[in-house]
Amino acid sequence: MQSVWALLSFGPDGWGDDLAYGVLVTVSLALVTLPLGLLIGFLVALAKQSSEASMRLAGNIYTTIFRGLPELLTLFLVFYGAQIGIQQVVRLVRPEAVVEINSFVAGMLALGVVFSSYASEVFLSAFRAIPRGQYEGGYSVGLSSRQTMRLVILPQLVRIALPGLSNLWLILLKDTALVSAIGLTDIVRQSSIAARVTKHAFMFFGVACLIYLALAIISSFGIGAIERWVGKREAQR
Amino acid sequence: MSASSETAVKVQRPPAPPRGWSRERIMGWAFVGLWAALGISLVTYLFSAWNPELFAKYAPSYLSGLRVTLTLVAVSIVLGAILSLPICYARMSKNRVLNAVSYGYVYFFRGTPLLAQTFLIYYGFGSFRPQLEAVGLWSFFREAWYCAVFAFALNTAAYQAEILRGAIESVGKGQWEAASALGLSKLQTLYKIVLPQALIVALRPYGNEIILMIKGSAIVAIITVYDLMGETRRAFSRTFDFQTYLWAALLYLSLVEALRHLVDWIERRITRHLHR
Repeated sequence: MQSVWALLSFGPDGWGDDLAYGVLVTVSLALVTLPLGLLIGFLVALAKQSSEASMRLAGNIYTTIFRGLPELLTLFLVFYGAQIGIQQVVRLVRPEAVVEINSFVAGMLALGVVFSSYASEVFLSAFRAIPRGQYEGGYSVGLSSRQTMRLVILPQLVRIALPGLSNLWLILLKDTALVSAIGLTDIVRQSSIAARVTKHAFMFFGVACLIYLALAIISSFGIGAIERWVGKREAQR
Repeated sequence: MSASSETAVKVQRPPAPPRGWSRERIMGWAFVGLWAALGISLVTYLFSAWNPELFAKYAPSYLSGLRVTLTLVAVSIVLGAILSLPICYARMSKNRVLNAVSYGYVYFFRGTPLLAQTFLIYYGFGSFRPQLEAVGLWSFFREAWYCAVFAFALNTAAYQAEILRGAIESVGKGQWEAASALGLSKLQTLYKIVLPQALIVALRPYGNEIILMIKGSAIVAIITVYDLMGETRRAFSRTFDFQTYLWAALLYLSLVEALRHLVDWIERRITRHLHR
């Protein structure tokens, strides 16, 4: 019976380095998904607060679909669906080709669309919290609509949307655990492997939970710092 | 006098905003067209891939999977609701120990992924097999289904405790004071005055929690519970037919949408006295 610390140590016998690699994959997946999700979410929110009914309809369909599907199912749909779709396109040119889609990219896309559909709601409610006068003020000092958005609306929008977005970031961090189901070596998958090899399942999954908790705590420190920074800019004005 | 009426006539109103095909409008219709095309291609794909044999073979298992999903969610939501009461009480109590313990519980279950919690219980408790056998609980933790219910109930209890706490705290302090001025006991105040107001606030979060559970319950497929997702995975692994996933998506989507509209309807119904 090996001691717990030997099992968690770094090196050929311990699983510390494998778990660390899992943390790296989880964190990098979450960090790569975040900008993608924020960008799509912002664009969808723009569509949903448009004066044009067709635009609103298109945005609402997007949110309805990706908020209604289980994240795991979205992941499988993207993973297998994209694989089959790309394979069929490629087979038009090369009939014998076998396409393997990268599970990291599939995870990024799937988590990105889920994140963006929630983020669009956060952005939308933030848009609604900004009075019309802010736009009108921007136009009346001669800013173009794009400049008004960038210089007047966005800074306020970020401040209002920040609590909602930081919630979504914590949810995203937890949702990354699902990519272990499509074979990406994240924290959960690495600890499953370790658990199977060493038969210390409780210990390794407990450690996995603690790592997620630690990531959440680190994130909340980071979020606090961002909130203070944004709040300071508010005070200067 | 005539001068003023003259200016009133002569005043130039701004022209009505043109309702032509602006760039935004064209783009909006393009997106709607894209969705429509996707929808139509989905329907035609499902039609063209229609396979009566496949349907006859897997439709019953999909239905049983749906039943498993609904049972799992219902049981864990109810158990979680019961479990959330003491947690919520502890979370709101002034006792420091109770408060710290319940805060830790809620923080743990809200800060870690449901998947990791489920693995911790299903695979992790296997490490304590001799001890569990000694207490007679091993037959419980051996079954994936019971482990899933256990994990989900613990998880949703943490979320529901927070929902309940938020709702109770949303009721103003004056309500408590007024009730105690009328001579109502604490418990009476809670049941007759605070909870009826709090549950209106809590309805939407509760609905969201049920939806999150339905979506989250898909992960039990990974620990070999054959819910809707598990049946889908089994059907896909046997047929490699992508429509298996599309059918599951349609089922989940209609389930969640139906629930969302139901919550909307209930909310409209129970807040009728608030609208003027």
